[in-house]
Amino acid sequence: MKRAAALALLVVAAPAVADTPLPPAALADTQLPDPHQEAEARALMETLRCVVCQGQSIAQSDADMAGQMRAMVRQRIAAGEKPREIRKWLIDRYGDYVSYDPPWSAVTAPLWLMPLALLIIGAWIARASFKRRKRGQG
Amino acid sequence: MKRVLLWVPLGAFALLFAVVASGLFRPSDHLVHSQMVGKALPQFTLPKMVPDAPGLASTTFTDGKPRLLNVFASWCIPCMAESPNLMALKQHGVEIDAVAVRDTPRNVEDFLKRFGNPYARIGDDRQSAVQLALGSSGVPETYVIDGHGRIVEQHIGDVRAEDVPALLAALKKAGG
Repeated sequence: MKRAAALALLVVAAPAVADTPLPPAALADTQLPDPHQEAEARALMETLRCVVCQGQSIAQSDADMAGQMRAMVRQRIAAGEKPREIRKWLIDRYGDYVSYDPPWSAVTAPLWLMPLALLIIGAWIARASFKRRKRGQG
Repeated sequence: MKRVLLWVPLGAFALLFAVVASGLFRPSDHLVHSQMVGKALPQFTLPKMVPDAPGLASTTFTDGKPRLLNVFASWCIPCMAESPNLMALKQHGVEIDAVAVRDTPRNVEDFLKRFGNPYARIGDDRQSAVQLALGSSGVPETYVIDGHGRIVEQHIGDVRAEDVPALLAALKKAGG
């Protein structure tokens, strides 16, 4: 009986929510009327990190803050700001971390150069092994 | 030449080992630190959130007195946890101003009634505009602002009892 009463209480229990009661901003999930601007905003959103969820872009995330960031991106694009300027504004506040498009710097240089270096090493190894095979055949 | 090449794989392994080992021993930091520390507070003017506390403008922070800027919300559980410590800071004579993020006047009033009001001013940041401008990635966060409107420190997460002396020291340093 006690158990049943406890279970019945669960039905009426109010969940403790740790999220805002406010609805998301108008532009968080509404496209801009101009398709060209919307495409620009969308492309930018896909390369900006959601700072709350950290593994997702703001285009993918359902977090409230990601919605606010999407609204901000759309507002600024609609006002005529360039995506480059918006990215810079965010990097000035959250660091390079907020961008999925890493800028060229001493820290990120290996990231950009590594594929090139690996390709060159691969070509070198391939050349050496092809040469060996030819000699074996001959 | 061949002799040297023989050591290359071992060298590469040692390098990889060093990278992984250093990653293991360094404590991981998943906090997103604001890049605004050391810079001037962004310009903003926020309307009042509750009837008995005025709104908040960035110009308030240039009157020569160092103070705290607390980014909070009534729907945030760590904000409830930190409120007694903010009250303790207030009792030490610290002026704390607040930015209420994505909140409603009624909820903020209830929150202040329940946990006490440590704030001198509360700005209504309904669209997180000021939060984004500050480089804040969540609630609660507390910024130490010197008397000239410059951000000197950012405290991420709730202010615990053991953080109070450090914040008092930071304020004192900012004033001196």
